[in-house]
Amino acid sequence: MNALTVDNLSVTYDKSPVLQRVGFEIPEGSLTGIIGPNGAGKSTLLKSVLHLIPRLTGDIKVYGKPYKEQRNLIGYVPQRSEVDWDFPTNALDIVLMGRYGHIGLFRRPKKKEISLAKEALKKVGMEDYANRQISQLSGGQQQRVFLARALVQDAQIYFMDEPFAGVDAATEKAIMNLMQQWKYEGKTVLVVHHDLQTVEDYFDHVLLLNKTPVSYGPTQQVFTMENLERTYGGAISFIGKSAQVIQERG
Amino acid sequence: MEIFELFTKANAQWVLFGSILLGFASGVIGSFVLLKKQSLISDAMAHATLPGVCLVYMIFQVKSIPLFLIGATITGLLATYSIQFIVKHSRIKTDAAIGITLSVFFALGIVLLTFISKNLSGNQSGLDDFIFGQAAALVSSDLQMIAVGSLVIIILSTLFFKEFKISIFDPLYAKGLGLPVTFFNAVLLALVVGVVVIGIQMVGVVLIAALLITPPLAARYWTEQLGLMAMLSGIFGAISGLIGTFISTLGEGLPTGPVIVLCASVIFLLSLIFGSKKGLVKKVVATV
Repeated sequence: MNALTVDNLSVTYDKSPVLQRVGFEIPEGSLTGIIGPNGAGKSTLLKSVLHLIPRLTGDIKVYGKPYKEQRNLIGYVPQRSEVDWDFPTNALDIVLMGRYGHIGLFRRPKKKEISLAKEALKKVGMEDYANRQISQLSGGQQQRVFLARALVQDAQIYFMDEPFAGVDAATEKAIMNLMQQWKYEGKTVLVVHHDLQTVEDYFDHVLLLNKTPVSYGPTQQVFTMENLERTYGGAISFIGKSAQVIQERG
Repeated sequence: MEIFELFTKANAQWVLFGSILLGFASGVIGSFVLLKKQSLISDAMAHATLPGVCLVYMIFQVKSIPLFLIGATITGLLATYSIQFIVKHSRIKTDAAIGITLSVFFALGIVLLTFISKNLSGNQSGLDDFIFGQAAALVSSDLQMIAVGSLVIIILSTLFFKEFKISIFDPLYAKGLGLPVTFFNAVLLALVVGVVVIGIQMVGVVLIAALLITPPLAARYWTEQLGLMAMLSGIFGAISGLIGTFISTLGEGLPTGPVIVLCASVIFLLSLIFGSKKGLVKKVVATV
């Protein structure tokens, strides 16, 4: 069963194309890394699939049904840098936002929601920081708060935008554990990822993207030197270093 | 006017009541506006209400507050959309777009106002009071409208508290949850317009935005919780409204708006120095 089907997705920004005719199918229970150079449209892909930015063309299906009917199956972890962390609120409050869709208009979070949020904070090792001001959290802790917020959504498919960017070892481990747990529960995870050296450790599927998909499939088959060169084009030295790592690992 | 008279006369009581409620409503709404980084847009919108009021007077030739408020709403919204249009369709940045919109609309307002007072015997229209506000000139029907309008604004911002919070902090995520973020933004904008149009008679178009900006800025120095910040900001606004109106009704011809704004600024200054979360004293003590 395919958890996600994207067909003929195109997105333009100021009339110049950012994504062209993107199509792929993501099997249920897979961990997919979306890999590509800067400006390849990785974040744009995530946002357009999630209907957060307008698409020129494109059909998105979740478990075979139109996206809009299946929205409650989707969990989203945006890039940490996209919000103002000086906002006057605490960690627990941010996690509770993950329940706003369930709580409904004009209602306040009840005890049930608060205990769910605390449980989620515990799962990412942040239970002691529930009442901490968000501006006083480290980058990694902020990322874990966002993870907890996605966790309380209790989704089937999780989208994460650069969750590993600039985080500490504890957070990296928390994200990896969470992804493994989601996989174990049959959930599907798509992650925009930057660091080529960790791709093989984190993901069982890879989507190589440069405005249009270069290749998609199981990491073993797709994450090859040849495909990377096709994806990254001229960035030779960068590629060379990663390729070395790939070869060393055999 | 005697001080005691102010407290016993029915109209004067309405004036104080109205200014307290207006101050509270604008303080609460201002908290959201400040965090949305739209304080200056609200200032441009406030200035842009003046031509609306003047145009309505020129068309209908009567002093009708409800009509004035309709005119104010139309040009105020027009200015807001102009700013958004300029930013979206040109290379001009938001600050410059706000600057040019504010000056064009306000200049038009002043030209129309001068024309009215020279040619349409507008001296009796009381339109001049819209520039800096004149609480003493308000009649009880005006004040009832201010009071009811403020109450509606306070109730709505309480109802939409959680929705405003998420759509300001993380609009994309909120959209991802399927929440109607555009609608929430429109509600917030409507509430800002509401504060501005009911407040211009009392505080004036030039300074009404200060009631949206200064109290929440002051409140931010005392708390790190949005709910508390909005409440505190409302209280600061109410105190400024109360004291400012009181002082302005004591002296003949003291414009209400500037006095209220000065009160709010004193509160801000005290918060800047003594604020328990971000105040200067606290910072100095922490570094010693």
